[in-house]
Amino acid sequence: MKELAGQGRVAGHQLRLMCARGRACAWWSPLKGPSFCSIYPGRPICHLLTTENDIRVPGELHDQRDFEDDDMYGQSVEDDYCISPATANQFIYSRREKQVPKEEPLEEEEYEEEDVPMSPTISHNLDPLDQAKLYSCLDHMRAVLGDSMPDSLLNQAAIRCGFDAQKALDAVLSEDPKRAPVPNRTGADVEKAPLPQRSRQAAMIEKAKSRDVSNNKLDCEVVPKVARMTVSGKKQTMGFDVPSSGDNGVIAAAGRRVNSPENTTATPAAGEAAPKRPETPSRGSNEDELAGVPAPGRAAGKARQTMDVKAELEKRQGGKSLLNLVVIGHVDAGKSTLMGHLLYLLGNVNKRTMHKYETESKKAGKASFAYAWVLDETGEERDRGVTMDVGMTKFETESKVVTLMDAPGHKDFIPNMITGAAQADVAVLVVDASRGGFEAGFEAGGQTREHGLLVRSLGVTQLVVAVNKMDQVNWQPERFQEITSKLGHFLKQAGFKDSDVFYIPTSGLSGENLSTRSLVSELTAWYSGLSLLEQIDAFRPPQRSVDKPFRMCVSDVFKDQGSGFCITGKIEAGYIQTGEKLLAMPPNETCLVKGITLHDAPLDWAAAGDHVSLTVTGMDIIKINVGCVFCDPKEPIRVCTRFRARLLLFNFEIPITKGFPVLLHYGTVSEPATITKLLSILHKSSGEVLKKKPKCLGKGMNAIVEIQTQRPVALELYKDFKELGRFMLRYVGSTIAAGVVTEIKE
Amino acid sequence: MKLLHRDIEKDNAGQVTLIPEEAEDMWHTYNLLQQGDSLRASTIRKVQTESTTGSVGSSRVRTTLTLCVETIDFDTQACQLRVKGTNIEENQYVKMGAYHTIELELNRKFTLAKKSWDSVVLARIDEACDPTQKADVAAVVMQEGLANLVLVTPAMTLLRAKVELTIPRKRRGSCTQHEKALERFYDAVMQAILRHVNFDVVKCILVASPGFVKDQFMTYLFKEAVRQDNKVLLENRPKFMMVHSSSGHKYSLKEILSDPTVTNRLSDTKAAGEVKALEDFYKMLQHEPDRAFYGLAHVERAADALAVDTLLVSDKLFRHQDVPTRARYVRLVDKVRDSGGIVRIFSSLHVSGEQLTQLSGVAAILRFPIADVSEGEDDSSSEDD
Repeated sequence: MKELAGQGRVAGHQLRLMCARGRACAWWSPLKGPSFCSIYPGRPICHLLTTENDIRVPGELHDQRDFEDDDMYGQSVEDDYCISPATANQFIYSRREKQVPKEEPLEEEEYEEEDVPMSPTISHNLDPLDQAKLYSCLDHMRAVLGDSMPDSLLNQAAIRCGFDAQKALDAVLSEDPKRAPVPNRTGADVEKAPLPQRSRQAAMIEKAKSRDVSNNKLDCEVVPKVARMTVSGKKQTMGFDVPSSGDNGVIAAAGRRVNSPENTTATPAAGEAAPKRPETPSRGSNEDELAGVPAPGRAAGKARQTMDVKAELEKRQGGKSLLNLVVIGHVDAGKSTLMGHLLYLLGNVNKRTMHKYETESKKAGKASFAYAWVLDETGEERDRGVTMDVGMTKFETESKVVTLMDAPGHKDFIPNMITGAAQADVAVLVVDASRGGFEAGFEAGGQTREHGLLVRSLGVTQLVVAVNKMDQVNWQPERFQEITSKLGHFLKQAGFKDSDVFYIPTSGLSGENLSTRSLVSELTAWYSGLSLLEQIDAFRPPQRSVDKPFRMCVSDVFKDQGSGFCITGKIEAGYIQTGEKLLAMPPNETCLVKGITLHDAPLDWAAAGDHVSLTVTGMDIIKINVGCVFCDPKEPIRVCTRFRARLLLFNFEIPITKGFPVLLHYGTVSEPATITKLLSILHKSSGEVLKKKPKCLGKGMNAIVEIQTQRPVALELYKDFKELGRFMLRYVGSTIAAGVVTEIKE
Repeated sequence: MKLLHRDIEKDNAGQVTLIPEEAEDMWHTYNLLQQGDSLRASTIRKVQTESTTGSVGSSRVRTTLTLCVETIDFDTQACQLRVKGTNIEENQYVKMGAYHTIELELNRKFTLAKKSWDSVVLARIDEACDPTQKADVAAVVMQEGLANLVLVTPAMTLLRAKVELTIPRKRRGSCTQHEKALERFYDAVMQAILRHVNFDVVKCILVASPGFVKDQFMTYLFKEAVRQDNKVLLENRPKFMMVHSSSGHKYSLKEILSDPTVTNRLSDTKAAGEVKALEDFYKMLQHEPDRAFYGLAHVERAADALAVDTLLVSDKLFRHQDVPTRARYVRLVDKVRDSGGIVRIFSSLHVSGEQLTQLSGVAAILRFPIADVSEGEDDSSSEDD
């Protein structure tokens, strides 16, 4: 009875049916998905599921079975997701606590069933090889028997017969009439009742070790992914070929990994990422089914995700962590050129394209803009030689995958720059080292200061200052010193820690000190530090609030091929899987996520910190604007037109009174608003109230105010969501204050 | 507006007869009317007639009615004024006390009688009848994906069209969607201009935006005008004027109107004057906070001390239907005038007026500093709430 290892899709399906016949739903593969029902092409999945719904299992019994499940799924699942015991416990706890009452019976059951198998389990001691054999064997048997047999039986039989499908089949068939399934089951339950304790503890221990991923674990890890890939009408198995496997498409998990086309990096975790990609086409074919029955797919995804998302996140991209980087600085400091050149040096722009840019820009009479054209793609931007909107692309460093956002430096485009900076974790501040260039950007009217303040207020704590155009001042160390000391003072005031600010002399046009350390003797004479790329690589990856409910601010909406439309943005919190439902606020519309793309590569899930584009259906594109927030329908973001906030005023000449019209920049939203009440002035550091109901607010003050927006905006309190509780206020082209939401009214 | 007849007694009771000539006059009339006034105007009434045989017929008749005003409705979009009240002069169609709603019409005279004509109302009539104060300006305030088309008249800022379109951002490798959407957006703005701007009346069309949107738009506009051979646009080309603004939201209009190139060209419209006055107030607040007061209680105290140099009042306050409250505002205005101060009554339809209304509706720049008394703060703020 023990030996029912998670037999992918087929096993899960089988069990589902079994439940429909009056057996409680104890076994349930966590690995279902759209493709699941395709095993029985003739039978709609909803039918199976609804029959199952009728059965309610009393709580204790359920628990017992859960543990039994633990056992069943054994290593295969457990090992996949190295999640810390604390997290695991937390999740299990919260899931149980949150059990949804009867109106969603389906989901509830699935939660219970699914999250447990994923949770700390240890199995009957099958080594991976045997396990794989077992899969193949079971699959084969299934092909013969259909789903008339409980899996446990097959499992047992298979193991008894040493994974020989034929023998096992014989055994099962001869045995079958004698055994009534019900007593058999209960017997099993009793037998396994003491197991949970053991299994859990064991799991904890094992998890502690599980960080160093062994190959063995990797194999297992692939299992769920591959299983999810099942294409309509085809059964897939994994493990070894059974002698008579015949028409079953048997693919060894290992083989599959190697075959996967995009498996370029040989790092162990690449295997993880690889099976995901080929999967997409198959998902496409299943989507209709999915749309028909969204609930099961989503619930399954969720339960699965709760367990592994953090660990998966670590492993994804070949263990490289994801970093959102924004490039800021005064107009014409050379941001686009610097980054364009870096991209070129990294090979993200091919030679031919670069050559094209070079000749074209020369023709247009601005040869020096060639590298900037890599990021400035609209005709307008190229004609004028000014970045107007955030250019977005990605590149990889030694240990990071970096989403690069090239912000415009021009004063008029600061709203665009804010949208970019709001999505960034770290920043590169580019300053012009040439005579007069630095001063123009840094003194009054320049954007160096404003950008610096903005990114700090938007939550960026680590900063690289690229002192650009150093070649124009002959790499003088004095100039470098002068700039760093001036900037250092300012950045400290702005709230950056000295230890988190790094200064690097660069030249964007000649490409010195970008991807590799410079060889220019004038520079190496006094500078031996890191190159820009190395420094970016050295950034600490930020903490992501994966545990929180899903939130994503829309930064772009566009039509793509196929049905639905695409929204892009950075996931601020939580995670998302294809097939899940999302709620868009403020329009208050729900939609279904059909696809997720990260850096132009399709994924089936994404988590906080990723800059993704989602393909959604079931919603009108007109209703979705830039600035909408997509969130978990169960824990929606709040929408209001009036809220209280704590402001920190910047150096702004005009005093702020009530009734002051401002532009509220929140995430990617920019919305006209009015400061309706000045509630109190606070002490800058202690936060105590200095004056109630002040007449006006001046420079540098810290105050509580009430803000009214024209249209509803979706907001979160700062204390709940740091990322979503911040905003900026602008007035007539300058930033007047940064704020955090303290209270939402209405 | 044309003043035909004015008959005001020594006790300030009396009546005036006016002819509204343009849409803006309706706004002035709206500001003149008060509950309890009587209004006589020509109107159309559906009358039921019963013949001797008992058959009922109904017909519409034009008749002149006199109403005791109960409610006043102003539609800013259509610039129409509806006044509801009870009949106080019986005629052959309408009984005494019957309700009727008059919709005031352009170029038809009406007579307004009040028990007391105060200085503010009289000043308003003068202002409305001043023919020199005319400068119609259309302004298109835009940014990528958002455009507001407004008409600015001396007393009103009317939002005529708002174009809002999501424009996909540039993405790596493909800008076509971005460019297409931009084109669509410009086209929508162009259509809005053609539909809402009457080039015979409008003296100047301001096109304002941050960055290069305005330049791009102008290029597009005249390229299209040439292509479609649109004479109106081509003939009026000199009327277009590009100005910088920080955003495409309506409140940016303030920046535009205070732009020196615009003020030169427009030779002081009321709207620009108001923007300037409010700016002065904020400047004063910044440099000498004790010389800039706002909130009714504060300003009243300053007025009592004869300290008010410039008083900024939103006309919304004078539309207050509660007579004593209104009287309080009028008293304040009179007091400031008597003490030689300047009174600027802001139109609440202008952007600056909107801001002033938010700022409690009353603000004052003082001649000499008065120390901020903190106990006064509480009553003023309690009123503001």
